[in-house]
Amino acid sequence: MSDTKPGFDGGLSDALVASRRFFTRSKVSDDLRTITAKGGREGDAFYRDRWAHDKVVRSTHGVNCTGSCSWKVYVKDGIITWEAQQTDYPSAGADRPEYEPRGCPRGAAFSWYTYSPTRVRHPYVRGVLLDMFREAKEQYGDPVIAWGSIVQDPEKAKRYKSARGKGGLVRATWDEVSEIVAAAHVYTVKRWGPDRIAGFSPIPAMSPVSYTSGARFLELIGAPMLSFYDWYADLPNASPQMFGDQTDVPESGDWWDAGYLMMWGSNVPMTRTPDAHWMTEARYRGQKVIAVAPDYAENVKFADEWVTPAPGTDGALAMGMGHVILKEFFAGDEVPAFFADYNKRFTDLPHLVSLDVAEDGTYRPGKFLVAGDIDHPEGGTENTMWKPAVMDTAGEVRIPRGSLGHRFGAEGEGQWNLDLGDIDPLLTLHGAASAEAVEIGLPRFDAPDGRVVHESRGVPAVRVGDRLVTTVLDLLLAQYGVARPGLPGAWPESYEDPTVPATPAWQEQHTGVPAAQVTRLAREWAQNAIDTEGRGMILLGAGVNHWYHSDQIYRAILLLTTITGTQGRNGGGWAHYVGQEKIRPIMGFQHMAFALDWQRPPRHMNQTSYWYVNTSQYRYDTFTADDLDAGTGYFAGKTVMDLLAQSARLGWSPSYPTFDRSSLALADEAEAAGMEAGPYVAQELKEGRLKFAIEDPEAEENHPRVLSLWRSNLLGSSAKGNEYFLRHLLGTDSAATAKEAAPDQRPTGVRWADEAPEGKLDLLLTLDFRMTSSTIFSDVVLPAATWYEKHDLSTTDMHPFVHSFNPAIAPPWQTKSDWEAWKTIAKKFSELAVTHLGTRKDVIAKPLWHDTPEAMATEHGVVKDWRTGECDPVPGKTMPVIAVAERDYTAIYDKMTSIGPLLEKIGMLTKGVAYDVKREIEILRKRNGVAHGGAGDGQPKVETDVQMADAMLHLAGVSNGHLATQGFKFLEKRTGTQLADLSAEHEGKQITFADTQVAPVPVITSPEWSGSESGGRRYSPFTINIERLKPFHTLTGRQQFYVDHDWFLGTREMLPVYRPPLNMSHLFGEPELGTTSELGVSVRYLTPHNKWSIHSEYQDNLFMLSLSRGGQSVWISDRDAAKVGIKDNDWIEMVNRNGVVAARAIVSHRMPEGTVYMHHAQDRLIDVPLTERDGKRGGIHNSLTRIVMKPNHVVGGYAQLSYFFNYIGPIGNNRDEVTTIRKRRTPVEY
Amino acid sequence: MRVMAQMAMVMNLDKCIGCHTCSVTCKQAWTNRSGTEYVWFNNVETRPGLGYPRSYENQEEWKGGWVRTPKGRLKLRAGGRMKKLVTIFSNPKMPSIQDYYEPWTYDYETLLTSPATKNFPVAKPISLLSGKTMNIEWSANWDDDLAGSTEHAVRDEMIKGIEDKVKFEFEQTFMFYLPRICEHCLNPSCAASCPSGAIYKREEDGIVLVDQDRCRGWRMCVSGCPYKKVYFNHKTGKAEKCTFCYPRIEVGIPTVCAETCVGRLRYIGLVLYDADKVLEAASVENEHDLYMAQRECFLDPEDPEVQRAAREAGIPEDWIDAAQRSPVWALINKYEVALPLHPEYRTMPMVWYIPPLSPVVDVIKDTGHDAEDRDNLFAAIEALRIPVEYLANLFTAGDVGPVNDVLRKLAAMRSYMRDINLGRDPDDSIPAAVGMDGESMYEMFRLLAIAKYSERY
Repeated sequence: MSDTKPGFDGGLSDALVASRRFFTRSKVSDDLRTITAKGGREGDAFYRDRWAHDKVVRSTHGVNCTGSCSWKVYVKDGIITWEAQQTDYPSAGADRPEYEPRGCPRGAAFSWYTYSPTRVRHPYVRGVLLDMFREAKEQYGDPVIAWGSIVQDPEKAKRYKSARGKGGLVRATWDEVSEIVAAAHVYTVKRWGPDRIAGFSPIPAMSPVSYTSGARFLELIGAPMLSFYDWYADLPNASPQMFGDQTDVPESGDWWDAGYLMMWGSNVPMTRTPDAHWMTEARYRGQKVIAVAPDYAENVKFADEWVTPAPGTDGALAMGMGHVILKEFFAGDEVPAFFADYNKRFTDLPHLVSLDVAEDGTYRPGKFLVAGDIDHPEGGTENTMWKPAVMDTAGEVRIPRGSLGHRFGAEGEGQWNLDLGDIDPLLTLHGAASAEAVEIGLPRFDAPDGRVVHESRGVPAVRVGDRLVTTVLDLLLAQYGVARPGLPGAWPESYEDPTVPATPAWQEQHTGVPAAQVTRLAREWAQNAIDTEGRGMILLGAGVNHWYHSDQIYRAILLLTTITGTQGRNGGGWAHYVGQEKIRPIMGFQHMAFALDWQRPPRHMNQTSYWYVNTSQYRYDTFTADDLDAGTGYFAGKTVMDLLAQSARLGWSPSYPTFDRSSLALADEAEAAGMEAGPYVAQELKEGRLKFAIEDPEAEENHPRVLSLWRSNLLGSSAKGNEYFLRHLLGTDSAATAKEAAPDQRPTGVRWADEAPEGKLDLLLTLDFRMTSSTIFSDVVLPAATWYEKHDLSTTDMHPFVHSFNPAIAPPWQTKSDWEAWKTIAKKFSELAVTHLGTRKDVIAKPLWHDTPEAMATEHGVVKDWRTGECDPVPGKTMPVIAVAERDYTAIYDKMTSIGPLLEKIGMLTKGVAYDVKREIEILRKRNGVAHGGAGDGQPKVETDVQMADAMLHLAGVSNGHLATQGFKFLEKRTGTQLADLSAEHEGKQITFADTQVAPVPVITSPEWSGSESGGRRYSPFTINIERLKPFHTLTGRQQFYVDHDWFLGTREMLPVYRPPLNMSHLFGEPELGTTSELGVSVRYLTPHNKWSIHSEYQDNLFMLSLSRGGQSVWISDRDAAKVGIKDNDWIEMVNRNGVVAARAIVSHRMPEGTVYMHHAQDRLIDVPLTERDGKRGGIHNSLTRIVMKPNHVVGGYAQLSYFFNYIGPIGNNRDEVTTIRKRRTPVEY
Repeated sequence: MRVMAQMAMVMNLDKCIGCHTCSVTCKQAWTNRSGTEYVWFNNVETRPGLGYPRSYENQEEWKGGWVRTPKGRLKLRAGGRMKKLVTIFSNPKMPSIQDYYEPWTYDYETLLTSPATKNFPVAKPISLLSGKTMNIEWSANWDDDLAGSTEHAVRDEMIKGIEDKVKFEFEQTFMFYLPRICEHCLNPSCAASCPSGAIYKREEDGIVLVDQDRCRGWRMCVSGCPYKKVYFNHKTGKAEKCTFCYPRIEVGIPTVCAETCVGRLRYIGLVLYDADKVLEAASVENEHDLYMAQRECFLDPEDPEVQRAAREAGIPEDWIDAAQRSPVWALINKYEVALPLHPEYRTMPMVWYIPPLSPVVDVIKDTGHDAEDRDNLFAAIEALRIPVEYLANLFTAGDVGPVNDVLRKLAAMRSYMRDINLGRDPDDSIPAAVGMDGESMYEMFRLLAIAKYSERY
C-alpha cells in the first residue's frame, strides 16, 4: 500500500484483522475495513427469540386522556410482554396524513403495571376497621347492623377514620369485602337516604362500560354520580354561554385544513402527543403557526411566532386582537361581505338589546328585546318571551326564526331554523335614520385592586315603544373602545393609546406582548379568514382555561373565532383540548350508565359544589361580596355559599344530599299527608319545615356518608383543596393552616356551625389496579383488572373512530374488571336489601334541564327567589323539578344486568331529539339473549361487558345508522330544513363490538353531535348548524356574544371583558408576588399537565420515572432560583395557607421569572419526604390549592345557561394560586 | 464498483416532538431485562444538552471514532489494535455507570404492606445496582426539555466555539430533540475496535451486530463507538447494541422505533453504495467534505449500470426495486435535505437527519412584517432561533452551507404550498430559488407532510 492510498494505520493490526479470514466464516472486506457476515448466524438467535411471541391482542388505555389510541399488546407464554401502536386506522383521506400510529410514551409503558410491585392483587381493608367489623358481625350477626354499630359509635368511628392513609391495610376475601361494602350502602340508604352516597369515576369516553359498572349500580339505588368536566376546571363555561353546547371540537385531522393555527395555552406535543404530527405536517402546507405560552413550551419549537403573555392575562391579549379586528373590519362603512353575512345569520351581533337606566341615571346594557316586550305581530304567539328581535334595513323590528321560542311547542314546528327569509338585519344602528347617540356605562376591571370602574361611551340607539335599544355589535364596539364618528365618551386616540381598553397598547401593559405584534396577528387572523373562507383555528387548553375567570378569557378568544366566521368550518374555529374526551355513542352510553332504562330522572351532581360544601372549604372563604362582584354591589351581603344555596333552591344547579332528611322518608311523609311529592315539598319548603341540606352542611344528617372511586384517583389528582379533604371528609392528618372566615365574612343564609366536623365520610371505597394517593386513604381497596384484562370501548373527539379493549390475559390473582366487581357488590346489596329495604319511593329534586322546555323557566333571566317571597316555590319553575322513583332495592342486580322497559315505553331522548327504539331493543333481545325470571324477565341481557358494549353501540346514532337517520328526521320536522341525507349513506350500518375488535371503525354523522362527517370529511363542530341552518341551542339560536341574565348584568359580564387573575395577597393574605421572606420567594403557582404521566397515571411507572427526575419536581426559572439560592435538583419546600409540598427543583432558563410549574397529579407516593415544616408526608400539587367558585357558573333555569351533567357548572379552578418556594435546609427524611 | 445494500434511516427533526415513545417501545421490546437496566438502544436528547451518556460527543475525553493521520490514513482515535490488545484488561476510555446513570427502582411494596404507622407510606428510591436506598442525581434523560439548563446544557460540546451565538436567556431560548439509535456505519469503528471480531456488518443489509457467542466482553467497542451506542450488559458480560430490529426487518416490518414514532418522522429505506469507495470517502482531508464524500459513495438505483452491478453482486431484484423506492435515498440524494450526524467521526454513519427549521423569529415580531411572506421567511433563515452554526456542528462538521440549503428548501416549500392551499396559482419562482422545480417540491412535500406508511418504509 502506498502512502497516498487510503488505509489503516498500523500494519500489525491490519494483519490481525486480515488473519481473521482464516478463523471465521465472516468475511473481511478487501480494504480490511470491516467484517461482514451473512444470514442465519447463531449469534443472532438471542434477539430473534426475544422477539418471538404467541399472540397480539388489540387494546388501549382507559386513562383520562384524549388519545384513545389503539394498541397491539404482545403476549408470550401467557405473560404480557410489551405493547406497540396499531397502524390500521381507516384512512383520513387520500391527500392527507393518517392517524397511524397513535400513542405516546406513557401508553407504551403501561404493561409495566401488570406485574409491578404496586399492583393491587387482592382485596384490602384497613386492619382496624376490619377487626371492628368482624367483631360487630360476630356480635350482631347481621352485617348491616354491624356496620351501623361502628359508624354510630363516635369513638370507633374516629379510631378508624384517623388511621386513614397511615398503612395497616390487610388482605380480605371478596366475599367479606363485598359484604362490608354492600352493608355500608344498605345502611346508608336506610339511615340517611340514598343521596348520601356518591360515586366518582371520570370521563367515560375511554371505557364507558367500566364507567357504567358503578354508575348504573349507584343510579339504580338512587345515589348521585359526581361530575368531572367542571370539577377538573376543563369545562369552558364560555361554551354553554356562547354556543349552548357543552363543548364540541374538531378532530386533530382537521388541523390540516387550517390556513392559520394558533396554539393558545395548549402544549400540543406534550398533551396531544398522538395528534401533534398533524400540526407539524400542516406547516408544510403553508399554514402559519403561532404559539401563545408564557414559557418556552414544547410546542413553541414549531411556531412561526412565540407570544409570551404574562400568565393569566390571555383575556387582555385576545381583547387587544379583538379591538383591531373590530376597528378595521366592523367599524367602517363597509363590513366585508364574508363577515357580514356570517354574523347576520349565525351570531347575535344584530340582536337588539334594551338600554336600562341605572340608579345613577346613566344607561346600562340590559335585556334582549323580545317579541313579548313590544307591540308586534309575534307578540301573542307561543313562547313569545323567548323570541329575540332584530331591526331590518327598513327600520322595522323583526323576529327571526330559530330562537328558543321556536324550539318547543306546536307553533314553532318547522320554524326552528336560521333561514332569515326576507329579513336583512342591521348589524349596527350607526347611521340609521332615527338613531340617537346614547352614552352608556361600560365596565373595566383592570385597576390594580381589581375593582370595577365604569367608563362612559356612546352607542347609537333607537326607540322601540318606550325602550331605547341598540345592537350587540354596537355594544361590543363600545366595550372594546372602538370609536366611530359622532359617538360621545372616552375613546382611545389610536392603537398606541394605553388608557382605554382594548387597544393593543392597553393590552401590552397587562400582557407584556408588544402592541405591534398583536396588531399584526389580528390583521393576519382576519385576513386569513377572508382568504380561506374561515379556515383559521385556535387550539385552546388548560393554560388559558383553568383560571378563575376562564369563561371571560374564553369569551374574548371565541369572539375572534366567531366574528371572523371560522366556527362551523373545516379547518376553522375553536379547538378546546382539555378534558373534553367525547363519548361518541353518547345516547347509548347515557341511557345505560344512568339506568334511564329503569327509572328517570337520574341524580347528577356538580362535583365542585359538592366538595366546596362537603369538605367545608366554604368555611375558609374569606371572600366578601365586595370581592365577588368586584365592587358592583350586586351581591351585597352575600357570600359564595349563600349564592350556591340560592342556586340550589331555585333549581339552577343540582344539590345532593338535597334535603335535611332522607328522600325516602320524604316520600313516605308526602304519602302520609295524602299529597303528591311536588306540592308537598313546595309546601314544606315554603313553611320552613323542610330545608335544603346545603343550608346546614355541618349537621350530621347532611353529610355525605359513602364515596366510591373507580378509574379515579381523586386524592392524588383532582382534589383541589386536598388538605381540606383529608381533614373534613376523611378525618386524618392535614397540612392546611388557613383560618376560617371571620364572622363578618360568613354566609348569612346558611347555618354556621361553631365547629366543622372531621371525618364526615363513613366509607371510602376505591377500585384500582395500582396503589395511589386515593387507595392509601381508602377503607376498602378492591383489586381491579387492568386495561389489558377486560373488554370495553374507547372513543375521543381527537379522532373519529370507535375501537375496543380486549383482554390479552384473564384478570390475574384476585382482580376483577370494574363491571364484574360492581356486579358482585350489586348482588350482595340486593340480598341484604331483602331484610332492610324492600321497595321504597324516592323523592328526587332535579335541576331545570338544558335542551328541554324547563330552560324557559326564567323570563328575561330575571331572578326571583321564593325564599324572600318574590314568588312562590313552584317545582320545575322557581325551584327544582320534584319527581318520584320507585326503587325495588332487592332487584338491583337484576336491573343492572338487563335492559329495563322504559326504552320501549317512552323511548330515548338526547339533546332534545327523541327516538323510538322498539326495533333496536328487539334486535338486542336477539343479539344478547333475554333474562329469565326476576325484574328483568324477558328483557335483553347486559350481563357481560361485551353485551353492555353492544347495547351502547346499538342505542346510539353514531354507531347505528338507522337511529341517526331517525333522529335527523325528527329534527327536520322541527327545523324545516333538510338533514336526514347526512346519515343516509350509512343508514344500514350497525357497528358491533365485534367490528371494533377487528379495527377502529369510523362513526356515522348523527344528531348527537353538531358536525358532519358525511362522505368521509373530517369532523369540525357546528358544520351542520352553518351548512344546514340548524340553530345553536341558545336563546337566540345563534352564537351569543351577549348574555343578559341578571347575574351577568349585575357582575357586568354581559360581554367579554378582561378580568385579571385573582389577587391572592389581597384576598387571602399571601405574600405579594416577587417578595422574598424566610419562606422563600413568592411566585405564581401553576400546575400544567405532566410530560411523564397522564394525570397521576404513569407518574409512578418506573419507565417514566427513569426518563424524568424520578419523583415530584417543580420547574423554576434560573432567575427566581438565584434569588433564594436554589440549584438544579435541590430539595425545595413550597408553603402557602393550604398546605406544603416537599419536592425537587428543576432549574431552567425556559421558565419565565415569577412563575413555577408543578406538573399536576404527581402522587405523594414516590420519593416524597417528610416536610420540614410539619414533619409529615409532603403533599400533592393540590395541597396548595383550594376551591374558589365563581357564582356566574351556577346560574341556571335560563335558556343555554340551564343545567345538564358536565354541560355547565362551577369549575374547580386552580390557576390563580401563589406560593412561596425555598431551598430545604435540613436533611431529607422519609 | 462493488455494490452493497445498506438498510438506513432518516429522521426529520423538524417533526420530532420529543415524546420519547420510540425510547420506551424500544426499551420494552429489547432491553427491559436485568443487566441492561441502564441501556437505551434508542434515546432522545434535548439539544442543547449533554446527551446520553453525558457528554458523549467529547472525543477528546472518550476517544471514539476515527482520526485521519497526516499521511491521509485512518486510525482509531483510541489507538490501533495493537494498543487495544495491550490495554485490554484496563480500558480507561469508558464512560462510567454514572455517566450513563445508576438505574433505580422503588420499594413500591411498602405502599401495600406498610403496617399501621404515623405517616402516610412512601416508596423510596433503591439502586438497581447496589440494592441500597439512593439519591437520584442523573438519568438517561436528565436534561430533558432544558431541565437544569444553566448547569448542564451550557456544557454542551456543540457550543464550543460558538458561545457568542448561544445564549441561555429566557428570551433567546431554543431547543430541539435528537433521537438516536446505532448509526449502522459503513465504516464502523466499533467493529474495528473489537479484539474478538465479534462485531460484524450483515452482508445483505449492512446492519451492524454483536455476535453474542463470540463477544468476550472486552468493551473496546464501547470506547471505539463515538456515538456511544454499544453497551455493556453487566449481567451477561457481553456487548449489546441496537439491532435495527432485524427480526422485524427480515419479515418486512419496520423497526420498533420507526413504526411507533408518533411524530411520523422516521423513514427507512435501502441505499445501494459502492463498497470500494467507502474508505476513500472516509479519509478525505477536509472534514467539511465528508458529507459530500459519503453521498458520493451512494449509487443511483435508477442507473442501469448500477442495477446491473447490483445483480452481479447477488442483490435480489426486489431489493433493487426497494432501493429505487427508498425514501432514504430520495431525502439524501434527490431532495438533499437529510444530513449525517457527526460526519467528522469518519465512520460513515447511516442514520441521517433533516435539521429542524425552528422558525420562531423575534426579529419579525416587532417590525410588523409577516414571517409567512416569502422574502421575509428567507431572510429570516439567518435569524433562526436555533443558530445554524449549532446545527452545522452536529451535521456537517461545522459547515453552515448545507444546513442553510436544507432550511431554505423547507421554508420555500411552506411558501410554495401556501398558495396551493389557498387555491392560488403556485409560484414557480419559489422552488426555482432553491434549485428545485414545482413538481419535485410537491413530491418532497408529499413525502415530508403526507408521509403515508407505505411511503415512509
